[in-house]
Amino acid sequence: MSDEKITPLIMPKWGLSMKEGKLSDWLIEEGTNIAVGDEIMEVETDKIANVVEAADPGLLRRRVATAGETYPVRALLGVLASEDISDADVDAFIEAFEMPVIEDDDDAEAAPLYEFAETSVGRLRYAVRGNEGPVVLLIHGFGGDLDNWLFNIDALATSAKVYALDLPGHGQSTKQLAGADLSGLATAVLAFMDTVGVESAHLVGHSVGGGVAATMAFDAPDRVLSLSLISSAGLGREINSQYIDGFVNSVSRRELKPVLINLFADSKLVSRSLIDDLLKYKRIDGVQGALESLSAALFADGEQKTILTEKISSLDVKTLVVWGAVDEIIPASHAQSLENADVQVIQGAGHMVQMEQASQVNDLIKEHIAG
Amino acid sequence: MSKNPFPLSKDDLLIAYRMMKTIREFEERLHVDFGRGEIPGFVHLYAGEEASAVGIMMHLNDQDQIASNHRGHGHCIAKGVDVKEMMAEIYGKVSGSCRGKGGSMHIADLSKGMMGANGILGAGSPLACGAGLAAQKLGHNGIGMSFTGDGASNQGTFLESLNLAAVWNLPVIFVVENNGYAESTSVDWAVAVDSYVDRAAGFGLPGVTVDGTEFFAVYEAAGELIKRAREGGGPSLLECKMIRFFGHFEGDAQTYKAEGENEYNRKHHDCLKIFRAHVTKAGVLSDEELDAIDTQVLALIDAAVEEAISAPLPTADDLTTDVYVSY
Amino acid sequence: MARTLSFKDAVNEAIDQEMTRDPTVIMMGEDIVGGTGSPGEADAWGGVLGVTKGLYAKHGDRLMDTPLSESAYIGAAIGAATCGLRPIAELMFLDFLGVCFDQMYNQAAKFRYMFGGKAETPVTIRAMVGGGFRAAAQHSQMLTPIITHVPGLKVVCPSNAYDAKGLLIQSIRDNDPVIFCEHKNLYAHEVDVPEESYAIPFGEANIAREGTDATIVAYGLMVHRATEAAENLAKDGIDCEVIDLRTLSPIDMDTVYESVESTGRLICVDEANPRCSIASDVTASVTQEIFSSLKAAPQLVTAPHTPVPFSPVLEDLYIPSAEQVADAVRKTMAT
Repeated sequence: MSDEKITPLIMPKWGLSMKEGKLSDWLIEEGTNIAVGDEIMEVETDKIANVVEAADPGLLRRRVATAGETYPVRALLGVLASEDISDADVDAFIEAFEMPVIEDDDDAEAAPLYEFAETSVGRLRYAVRGNEGPVVLLIHGFGGDLDNWLFNIDALATSAKVYALDLPGHGQSTKQLAGADLSGLATAVLAFMDTVGVESAHLVGHSVGGGVAATMAFDAPDRVLSLSLISSAGLGREINSQYIDGFVNSVSRRELKPVLINLFADSKLVSRSLIDDLLKYKRIDGVQGALESLSAALFADGEQKTILTEKISSLDVKTLVVWGAVDEIIPASHAQSLENADVQVIQGAGHMVQMEQASQVNDLIKEHIAG
Repeated sequence: MSKNPFPLSKDDLLIAYRMMKTIREFEERLHVDFGRGEIPGFVHLYAGEEASAVGIMMHLNDQDQIASNHRGHGHCIAKGVDVKEMMAEIYGKVSGSCRGKGGSMHIADLSKGMMGANGILGAGSPLACGAGLAAQKLGHNGIGMSFTGDGASNQGTFLESLNLAAVWNLPVIFVVENNGYAESTSVDWAVAVDSYVDRAAGFGLPGVTVDGTEFFAVYEAAGELIKRAREGGGPSLLECKMIRFFGHFEGDAQTYKAEGENEYNRKHHDCLKIFRAHVTKAGVLSDEELDAIDTQVLALIDAAVEEAISAPLPTADDLTTDVYVSY
Repeated sequence: MARTLSFKDAVNEAIDQEMTRDPTVIMMGEDIVGGTGSPGEADAWGGVLGVTKGLYAKHGDRLMDTPLSESAYIGAAIGAATCGLRPIAELMFLDFLGVCFDQMYNQAAKFRYMFGGKAETPVTIRAMVGGGFRAAAQHSQMLTPIITHVPGLKVVCPSNAYDAKGLLIQSIRDNDPVIFCEHKNLYAHEVDVPEESYAIPFGEANIAREGTDATIVAYGLMVHRATEAAENLAKDGIDCEVIDLRTLSPIDMDTVYESVESTGRLICVDEANPRCSIASDVTASVTQEIFSSLKAAPQLVTAPHTPVPFSPVLEDLYIPSAEQVADAVRKTMAT
């Protein structure tokens, strides 16, 4: 068998807690030649539904998996092989492929999904992946949590040690805010770095997390190796205040869903479990107060209060700016506000560009950090 | 004026008299107006029993909570509920104590310590235990008081409450206003023990029986039991033997009563007359002072009725409000 | 942080956290401490099934055993609620409703309305409901329809530990009287439950399973039967949505309407007896409000119009099964 010419298509592992996924639909027929980045299938997990892009090029010889069925992570879904491979060899490959079983919760080998750091600003939850290479720190935005990096953390961890944390007031971190503005949040992230022993890191911030990263670069320039600002706050006045108010004030699924649709170019990505998870977060004691304080401090009177463009331009820090072209929360025009930055606007993506066009964003960040 | 031989100051005696007289005139007026068909529903009048409500309530403050019953107007007035609002309530007006939604049997004002009149006999006793429990847990020295008649003293709720209050040592006093009739049925027939003191003893708590037509007897007995409860001495039972001038409800022909019973009682056992005799004989209050109160009370009741009649009715919007705090 | 917790432990944790947060929260009930005044262990039971075990050690006299006098102590809890406390009273089994119902439906439920909006009665009455324990006719009933009928009461019946904790915390914080129904057959059932306190708002149904072909409405244990039926039907290509009502008063009919408008088929599952049940209530509302959305006659799957039998074979026939639910769904699919 010439295995090197046969490439399996497998059920992806979208970070952290994913154990299995449902193949919602095939987007390509057998016999199609695919290129890297082509949309090949739709997969749905208990967290999110998304399109899977091809990681390898090739000719789709066989669709092994059936649409509508659920498969464990790394299960064989299809086979890529050039025309000169015989059907018998493809069959043999499928036959020999070791189907994984769904990982058990108490699998001793499994790294803990999350850890907690007792920092000077309180208990912060984080995830850490990878061992080799530079340290990358992922900072989510307003109302988000470390799961916003579901499609990024493992990909980035192939060449870096990647931390993602829940900011104070978010996820499973303390709901006490040391300060509700960008400086307060920046102080918390620096405290986190102290606790986990990270001297300096490449910061990747999404939305308000971008504002936090930039503030850190200004407040503690020695500790910031580079900035990747994704759909970032702090680069202009405009902000969708209806979204902010809707997010803060919604208490039911029916109220929250139309608000969340603003986050994505493809509204189908707002799944039931995404809404449920956010409602579960919003119900926790202290969250409502934290969101109200943050929203008042960051976005009073319908616009962003803190503009960081001049500050960032004055810094000697390598900066990547990534934006979804159809961002409904912070306009993509803000991407052009920094003079010396590498600016990338991605078509067909909204505010959650790192989820919607994960592989493009991952490649950009990797290049940025490597370069 | 002579030296005051009573346990109340002259001012307090005037307050007590004004309260009793207000209850009396409130009820007498309702009797007349109900007969004229001006009052919706049905009413149970407290006339004749005033010394009990006032003799007890003179010891209480707004933090003390009472749970009343169907015959609750006297308890409400003695506990400080606004008389005009009560009258408007009985007329079913939106300006009433309960915005016209409760009526005669459900007047309440928790801010005054009036947990509510109650249409379910015996239901107030557990609620009064709750008031006593709240006082105990919140650490203030308020008390709970349960008012039942001799009839409701046979309810399981009442009897269970005696035990619960004793077991938890609650600051609660169970007042049995024994007017001799459970609706039409005689207490002698319907209550098997001879004395409520015995019934209390059966539940392990002290009981006292007083002549409920004698304001000062009620006042002194209640005072001791209330002091005991406030000091952590626990629950007790106070039986006030008294006279109901009217029937169980208005329209009751009262054929179960003896011939001439009401007339005899009004002549010889009217607690207001007895009170007046005591205080004037002792020379502490004069007839002129008391007559002046009578005139003022009559004017108040007239004004209450007039205002109630002219007050606006509830609207359709009121039908569905105040079912829940939020829903 | 999330970890799995049983329904029973979630109830315990909710009470513990609320008692810690708010000093006016107290709790009373028969044997909820257990052994008060007895020569042996104080805190011997922690409730007849151990739900409140350990709370006495933490909160002391704020948990109170009561005499066997439901009228008196349920009434006392209600009275105390109008006087500044936030009591939780445990009515061991909702079947004991008969000996204290007056305090619930004539007193607690009516104060606010009949006193013209002046009263607040923030009392929570916890009670076990439902069958499957071989406990026969007086300890197994699903009497939710009776209490749901009463204006002024709120009625909660969670299907899992996450909801139980959040809804119980909401019940305790709520300013109206709440009857919190705990299905005794779910006590051991575990799901992820955050360690932090959180409150789930009332009147917000949960979509336990999304589907496009038929809408199954259920609450309590029946959510699990409905979900089991839905999984089985999925193998035959029938895709059911399962709605967990969570609270019966207030009830989230909007979520039911939204679902039936897209599926066109309604199956209501209720462990209660059929007449004047939650199932018949939901069905009536759907037929009145969105009749034209229906592609088939709504189906009701309930217990029969009998008391709950003792013999296991009979009780298993009494409680609606996943097979009955699936049959009812198929019936709607046939038209």
